[in-house]
Amino acid sequence: MGLLGQPTQEKIVLALALVLCLGFALLLPGFWTASNLLNLVRSVSILGILGVAMALVVIGRGIDLSLVATMAVAVAWSLQLAESGMPMAQALAFGLGFCLLIGLLNGFLIAYVEIPAIFATLAMGTAVYGFGRYFLFSLDIVYMPPDAHALTWVGQGTLFGVPAPIYMFALVSALAFLFLRYTRQGRYLRSVGDNLLAARITGVPTRPIILMQYMISSVIGFLAGCVTAASVASMNVRISNSTLIYDVILVVVLGGIGLSGGKGGIRNAIVGTLLIGVLLNGMTIMDIQYTVQNVIKGIILLTAIVIDTLLNPRDEQTAQQGDI
Amino acid sequence: MALTDTLTRWRYRLVPDHLVGEVLSKRWIDNAIPLLILLAVVCAFSFAMPDFFGPSSISDLTRQWGEFSLLVLALMIVMVAGGIDLSIGSTFALGNIVALALIAVAGWPMWAVVLGTLACGAAVGLVNGLLVGYLRLRAFLTTLVTLIIVRAVVDMLLLNYSVAIASTFIDSDSWYYPGEGSVFGVPFSVVLTIILAIIIHLVFSRSRIGWQVLATGGSRRSAHNVGIPVRRVVCATYVVSGVLAALSGLLFASRLGGAGADTGVGLEIMALTAAVLGGNSLGGGRGSAAKAIIGSITAMIMVNGLIRMGVPAGANSLMLGLVLFTAVAIDVRWIKNLHKVVSKVYVSPAYASLPKPPGTDSYSPYAVNDKLAPVTLIGLGEIDGPEDIILDDDDNIYTGNRTGDVIRFFAPDYKQHEVYAHVGGRPLGLAFDKNGDLLVCIGGMGLYRVTKDREIEKLTDETNRSWLSVIDDSRLRLADDLDVALDGRVFFSEATVRYEMHEWPVDGLESRGNGRIICYDPSSKSTHTVLRNLKFPNGICMAHDGQSFFFAETWACTVSRYWFDGPKKGTVETVIPDLPGYPDNINRASDGTFWLALVGIRTPSLDLALKMPGFRRRMARRIAPDEWLYPNINTGCIVRFDATGTILDVMWDRGGENHPMITSMREHKGYLYIGGILNNRIGKLKLKSADKSWTGLASYWGQS
Repeated sequence: MGLLGQPTQEKIVLALALVLCLGFALLLPGFWTASNLLNLVRSVSILGILGVAMALVVIGRGIDLSLVATMAVAVAWSLQLAESGMPMAQALAFGLGFCLLIGLLNGFLIAYVEIPAIFATLAMGTAVYGFGRYFLFSLDIVYMPPDAHALTWVGQGTLFGVPAPIYMFALVSALAFLFLRYTRQGRYLRSVGDNLLAARITGVPTRPIILMQYMISSVIGFLAGCVTAASVASMNVRISNSTLIYDVILVVVLGGIGLSGGKGGIRNAIVGTLLIGVLLNGMTIMDIQYTVQNVIKGIILLTAIVIDTLLNPRDEQTAQQGDI
Repeated sequence: MALTDTLTRWRYRLVPDHLVGEVLSKRWIDNAIPLLILLAVVCAFSFAMPDFFGPSSISDLTRQWGEFSLLVLALMIVMVAGGIDLSIGSTFALGNIVALALIAVAGWPMWAVVLGTLACGAAVGLVNGLLVGYLRLRAFLTTLVTLIIVRAVVDMLLLNYSVAIASTFIDSDSWYYPGEGSVFGVPFSVVLTIILAIIIHLVFSRSRIGWQVLATGGSRRSAHNVGIPVRRVVCATYVVSGVLAALSGLLFASRLGGAGADTGVGLEIMALTAAVLGGNSLGGGRGSAAKAIIGSITAMIMVNGLIRMGVPAGANSLMLGLVLFTAVAIDVRWIKNLHKVVSKVYVSPAYASLPKPPGTDSYSPYAVNDKLAPVTLIGLGEIDGPEDIILDDDDNIYTGNRTGDVIRFFAPDYKQHEVYAHVGGRPLGLAFDKNGDLLVCIGGMGLYRVTKDREIEKLTDETNRSWLSVIDDSRLRLADDLDVALDGRVFFSEATVRYEMHEWPVDGLESRGNGRIICYDPSSKSTHTVLRNLKFPNGICMAHDGQSFFFAETWACTVSRYWFDGPKKGTVETVIPDLPGYPDNINRASDGTFWLALVGIRTPSLDLALKMPGFRRRMARRIAPDEWLYPNINTGCIVRFDATGTILDVMWDRGGENHPMITSMREHKGYLYIGGILNNRIGKLKLKSADKSWTGLASYWGQS
């Protein structure tokens, strides 16, 4: 191991991604081209942005299952408003406000009412989807107004030949990294995730921090939604009911951010995203059937988790109770 | 003044305040909130849709419910052991397609189809179990992945077999029975589910493996440390969960006979919702079959009701989400605050009015003196809390110790002592029966016998349960003192049924009458309660007529006489109505009169407070137990009275040098031996005018 040090999950996953990359590059014609690689990163950048949002929450020992629903409903509402004549910026502001409100509600229910995060956000996802569907718009798919060029660029534009979503992914990752590393709130977030009771005793305002973490994740989710909507010029609200949220969790946990909180960083989310991206891209080039892709994806994920568990076994004596 | 007193008395006699705390401290109260939510949902829907619970609707609903609640039970079993199984929705779909393929395409007989389907479910469960149980993977993530994999497998099977399944007519009655058949008019799936739920309940509440599952979920680390095979237990829960999910899929296949891409999608979330609505905790340790059933009914009614009401798709999920929030929020707060509420409301004082106490000045029969000053001390510092003492024919002293031993001091000088018997608990009252065996009342355990060969036998630790009591009063919490009738029946007092031994002063704060006197009959080995609602019944002593005994009620400050035989059978007469202090044990004196120990002396402040239950309740709720107003037990004395209740003699220890509080005294051959439950010595006092040959044993059982 020498140079590499302790084989963490992050390193294993990165190695796996590189091996896959190498294998695909040697075996698959057309994989190792600049356009395909850019396409690869571009296709997972939305997943990556959502992964960063989820990573922040998971590091704070939470989970946000309402992330996708909130994103879909908020962006769809913004588009709806823009279509009915509101200036785009104002419509987006409304969407953002909606996201903040949902994040605040999530945080309140989890921090103050003390509902388990997994359940509160699950119910919130359902409620938000229902709210949007009933009050905000009547169709499942909301199309973008044709005159919204500025927003379209976020999804479809390029800069120096690199697609804009990749810049967005990089920007969000960098900001989240800096936040987690260099701000007091970021440090608090990690300490709350690591040991909530200890953090509270040392004077960390744990409840406001939890509130903040869900608001941040909602806002990042909104950003991801904007990129999604801009890429395909519409927002399909049915995405709330898809398995996208599971993919997001997988990206986070695969990268090595433990669900018990306090561990890992933004780098882990990026590594997890890369592995998923390489996998999906390679399998698409090989033209593997969608369901078989799912099986392969699942088995590779399981392998990664098993290897991690074998290398870093969990101890009966130090495991946390109720850590599922 | 008198009027308000009367009003207060009736107020506290008629309103059973104490029931609130007792109900809240029951274990089944844990299901109260889920059940209330269920009732609210039922009421709401029957109000909104009068025909919702009509016969045609209910039949369809119950069939679906049977399948759904199997899934909830499956999830509950895994959750109780501290895990989570998100793959049940996919396993359900797998069971569905496998059953259809086996019967329609492979043409297997029904029993083989059932076995094959369940085996598939077990296989998925085993994969989960091996990964989560043995390899210690994270349950949430692992089952999330198996959810995706199994779903993909189902999709592949669908691709290959769905056409064949749809085009085959299944000609088998036994195939349609699980989905469409009925048992006495009740759908088969419902009967099956209820039977399984009962089995699961019995396993969890009464079997070793069930307890191991609960222990693992309650604290995995402790379960591991006490030797429970934690990994195997966790693995087993996933296998059972997989089997149940596949069974549910089989029922679904038999009922609808079709497989689609969306079969079972999102069912895991609905099952999780139902499980949490029923009050099963994420993270383990808290859950039951009843909770799963309650939760599944609630979720089922809500989801189906909203669909049937024709609510638009969005409003449907919005309402579902909101109801979930409310239900879970209430449940979470309930669990968090229940024990706080119990500790606030459990103490529930009643109205009590004690007669004016006689004074202790020089004109009073209770005049303070220093007659206990010349005691010699036995076992000073070697004994801790001799509540009662008794002497045998060879003059050896027996007494209980705080460490759960019966100690014997050897005659004649009582310098040596030994542990006569280690009984455990807190030995209190002592008595010899006709055979010379020692009977012991043990606080926290019951009535025990130590034979001459030092064998310890349990005589009784339970009595008949009263029909209307909320708390289980069949177990003996605080057996206190005893005496033996001529025919061998043992009468013993249980001081309180509401408090444990160490909380006995709190019972004084209540002064309700939580105690009782119980009779154990050795000839039939039966136990029954003789007198109820006594205020901390304490000392018991047989009168000389062989038909009655005297008993002291500590917080009522009285001594009464109860006839258990003879013409006055069943009557109670108060002998001394107004003691100046709190009486404890009663024992015979050599001249046919009786000794009575006063453990403490009444104080005007507490006497007044007893007439003000509201004041005492506020005190119990608002300030720390250390600051409460308690009965004074720092000063006591010994009283001698005769059968008519006349006070003949009083002996004090002025200054409290050796015996500040006295719980017991026993006369033996011209000496009086004195004990106290908070004391570290036994006192021996020479009695001037006593019969030098009189012993308690002889007085009870004749010259031996």
